[in-house]
Amino acid sequence: MSPDPSPQALVRAEPEASFEVTFDGRPLTALPGQSLAAALWAAGILAWRTTRGSGAPRGAFCGIGACYDCLLTVNGRPNQRACLVPARPGDILTTQEGTGHADLAV
Amino acid sequence: MPTSPSEPTAPTDLAVVGAGPAGLAAAVAAADLGLRVTLLDAGERPGGQFYRHPAPGLGARRPEALHHGWRAFAGRVHRLRDHQRHGRVTHLTAHHVWTVVRDPDGWRLHAVAGPEETPATVRAAAVLLATGAYERQLPFPGWTLPGVVGAGGAQAMLKSGLVLPGKRIVVAGSGPLLPAVAGSLAAAGARVPAVVEAASYTGYAREVPSLVRNPGKLVEGAVHGGGLLRHSVRLLTRHAVTAAHGKDRVEAVTVSRLDRDWRPVPGTGRRIPCDALAVGHGLVPQLELGTGLGCATRRTPDGTLALELDGDQRTSVPGVWAAGEAGGIGGAELALTEGELAAASIAHELRGTPYPRAVAGLARRRARLRAFADAMAAAHRPGPGWTGWLDDATDVCRCEEVPAGSIREAVAELGARDARTVKLLTRAGMGWCQGRMCGQAVACLAGEEPAADRRPLSCPVPLKHLAELPPPAEAGAED
Repeated sequence: MSPDPSPQALVRAEPEASFEVTFDGRPLTALPGQSLAAALWAAGILAWRTTRGSGAPRGAFCGIGACYDCLLTVNGRPNQRACLVPARPGDILTTQEGTGHADLAV
Repeated sequence: MPTSPSEPTAPTDLAVVGAGPAGLAAAVAAADLGLRVTLLDAGERPGGQFYRHPAPGLGARRPEALHHGWRAFAGRVHRLRDHQRHGRVTHLTAHHVWTVVRDPDGWRLHAVAGPEETPATVRAAAVLLATGAYERQLPFPGWTLPGVVGAGGAQAMLKSGLVLPGKRIVVAGSGPLLPAVAGSLAAAGARVPAVVEAASYTGYAREVPSLVRNPGKLVEGAVHGGGLLRHSVRLLTRHAVTAAHGKDRVEAVTVSRLDRDWRPVPGTGRRIPCDALAVGHGLVPQLELGTGLGCATRRTPDGTLALELDGDQRTSVPGVWAAGEAGGIGGAELALTEGELAAASIAHELRGTPYPRAVAGLARRRARLRAFADAMAAAHRPGPGWTGWLDDATDVCRCEEVPAGSIREAVAELGARDARTVKLLTRAGMGWCQGRMCGQAVACLAGEEPAADRRPLSCPVPLKHLAELPPPAEAGAED
């Protein structure tokens, strides 16, 4: 019997050991080789940034690094494109508000 | 001689920018012909967006399940690795080329490498631009909601990360990518209630000669069509998603019937519940490096611009070739063909290498596939009435949050006649993506045809890298 359809079943993935990252303090499981955006999508999270104008929620849109909608604060460094940055064990992800430089008061 | 991280390496014969189908085929073919090649690519693995595939850590035993023509790719990667082992090809991954400038010996390519944005410089006698494309987006109310993603974006995230944006995904927009995206989302376990295509396929009827000369493309279409049938996906032509609804994420979309000019027909809107929308209206060639060098462009039948190329894939700038989508959207098979043609031409020009016997066949295949691509581009060209699905509050520029009303005001009341003036008056296109997402739409609202990408830097570059560049006098010592 074939397994329930899923992306992993489709390509018969046998991933290496998963690891943990946290998003706003919540633990998430990521697989080696996944981008941060993919790890967030896998956890059902579609928004991890608020815009600097209206504070609207945003997440990944173009998926290839062209649109900059998926900006995220990674280990304290803001403005990282989540669709390009690979997830690493222990990464601390935080919702990016505005420019991500609120602490500089600019 | 100062030593800095950007100290260029010994010059190579050919620098290829982009390791998608065109760049990969060109690099391998050029190395076969005896050239020393440096292949620079923004990605971690060769393949570009078309052959994007999971990282080794994800252990995909059957990556080809998400691909069309995988064998053509796998064979070239095998040859690439062989050339790398013998020192004929240097493959620089995670290198984003941000500018190409003249050098006494040819060209100097400046890149930023890896997450630390380390500067890197490559010198080469010839340059091949295989920079590919990004997706064309036409805005509509609600398109900034989380869960609304690019059709190509959904495909890219699935191919590389093995993830889906939702469980019930409407696929909408225009162009041949949509059935392929819907097919792979459904095969990966998503429910796809509908594929919503703004064009009508009767547009193809005018192009019967180019269709019958491309039986392979018809089979490809039938395979995608069969996939949709198998997953009970409904195909709605001459319809568009004219609004996405939801608070923190998309919960439903409104699908409306369109008239011949893509104007929504009043009273035809109906709601389809979904938790994601994958949307895109074809592809836009990525031209910054070419236009930065002064390469001439041409208008393609779907209204975008592409690099103007001769029969040998030369741009109008001597020493610079291009292949694949940068010369006009045409798909992977055409890109592979053009990459090989370009390699033959470059080897001939640099070393006098005779053209391989296969070149005549490649040229015929290119002509046939290019004619098919032009037919498709014409069939899916956006109709002028699409702006009818924008209300004044709809953000057109996603980065700077500029609503359609401000752009219309700039045009109607402040006298803007082109996208550049609209940009100066409203900040549309001045944010992070530098107009890649909104440029086509803003030009259309300003009443002009979209212009070529003119961005002096093709990606963000740390200022210190600019400061470290050699002065122009040194780079152009022959002058």
